[in-house]
Amino acid sequence: MSAVFDSLSRFYASSIGKKILVALTGLMLLGFVLGHMIGNLLIFVGKDAINEYGHMLQTMLHGGGVWIARIGLLGAVVVHVVATIQLTQANRAARKDAYGMHKAQVSGKASHTMIWSGLTILAFIIYHLLHFTVRKNNDYDTYKTVLHGETVHDVYRMVIAGFSWAPASIFYIIAMVLLSSHLSHGFSSLFQTLGVATDKTEPLFKKLGYAFAGLILVGNCSIVLAVWLGYVR
Amino acid sequence: MSQLNLHLKVWRQNAGQPGHFQDIEAPEIPDHASFLEMMDIINERLIAKGQEPVAFDHDCREGICGMCSMQINGVPHGPEKATTTCQLHMRKFRTGDTIWVEPFRAKAFPVIKDLVVNRGAFDRIQQAGGFVTVRTGAPQDANALPIGKEVADAAMDAAACIGCGACVAACKNASAMLFVSAKAGQLNLLPQGQPEKDRRTLGMVRQMDKEGFGNCTNQYECEAACPKEISVRWITKLNRDYAVAAVKDAFGNTRKEAGGGD
Repeated sequence: MSAVFDSLSRFYASSIGKKILVALTGLMLLGFVLGHMIGNLLIFVGKDAINEYGHMLQTMLHGGGVWIARIGLLGAVVVHVVATIQLTQANRAARKDAYGMHKAQVSGKASHTMIWSGLTILAFIIYHLLHFTVRKNNDYDTYKTVLHGETVHDVYRMVIAGFSWAPASIFYIIAMVLLSSHLSHGFSSLFQTLGVATDKTEPLFKKLGYAFAGLILVGNCSIVLAVWLGYVR
Repeated sequence: MSQLNLHLKVWRQNAGQPGHFQDIEAPEIPDHASFLEMMDIINERLIAKGQEPVAFDHDCREGICGMCSMQINGVPHGPEKATTTCQLHMRKFRTGDTIWVEPFRAKAFPVIKDLVVNRGAFDRIQQAGGFVTVRTGAPQDANALPIGKEVADAAMDAAACIGCGACVAACKNASAMLFVSAKAGQLNLLPQGQPEKDRRTLGMVRQMDKEGFGNCTNQYECEAACPKEISVRWITKLNRDYAVAAVKDAFGNTRKEAGGGD
């Protein structure tokens, strides 16, 4: 048993080991981001559709499903964030004396700002959870509606109320721009770290990454803008 | 032949002490001189004036030894693609240019003097597994171990690495992944390298981390700077080989010591 733990701690202590964990948790979070957006886009189908979806998530596996997902995602976020902060610290320490002149030849802005886009997204996730999940400092808990003869949480009304306050909406949009920047590098990068990129698939992963980042940006921002412009009310 | 008048900003430093940029005027530099020959001319003039010449690394001066280094205008080995500093010619610059000349900067490459850095970390990584254990005895027949032409060619591509350290210098994290992946990959690809593949991969990565190089963030600046155009696909392979070796290391059987004969 301890022999296995010794090896696993050596794996985590290594540069490539940490990066593989970042890639695997990144892949999990990528799947979540897509599923979360598709679910939320149900707001355009109608009030009942998104409320039914919310109720389904809450009651799945007798209410256990949502907690399995939450614990899994929390674990993924913790590993992703802790490992990347440790990697970034090691990267900074690896070059203490800065160049007088240093030119990036091929790498883009998004890849140079991963830690900053990532930490902003972390702050956003905390705010987002307090806003719509814990519902701190608001009365969204009292929003109820009747669906198929059952009283359920009114997600629809909550989203409209949540995005009617401009500062929150602006923060959501800023966070989504940074998320798409993060994804535009992270998507193709994870295939390289997991050792599956090839000369033939790399350009495809790159394009898919940009498309995915654009899709998440447009999809999520469309909800905020629809509330703002009064299309969803 | 025409001549160039250049302004240089050259890094001057003694080991263990803080360094600084020195402005050096370089008038009348022949455009057919190589960058290193330009440095030789500068040094001759400095010596004639009784000043300390600029220390820099060089050896074969034909682009194959990996000794020359220098960050030139923010890029390892200067602006010319797939070219070492010794093969870079002054005709690539224009008269009146200001040229920044710095050492390859990394914690794992401490400055010895001026532009000379200690790249011994690369040797220690090689010693941690970048070899095939020599079997003494008569050589076997050349055709006893068939190797596909594609595999042999790919291994030769990785073996083109001259270990100059440009990948480390170009990387914003001072990561040595391109070097390590080329050195491990060339052997991990060939049948001769198979018996020691996992031990090699784990050992070289462990030594790389120990030396204080940074971590790869998949930006591929190393590939763009490499004078031998080593592909980042070697890093993909190293990541893959490392994952496999680590899983075997964590969950595989432990080796039993072979018993004695008597």
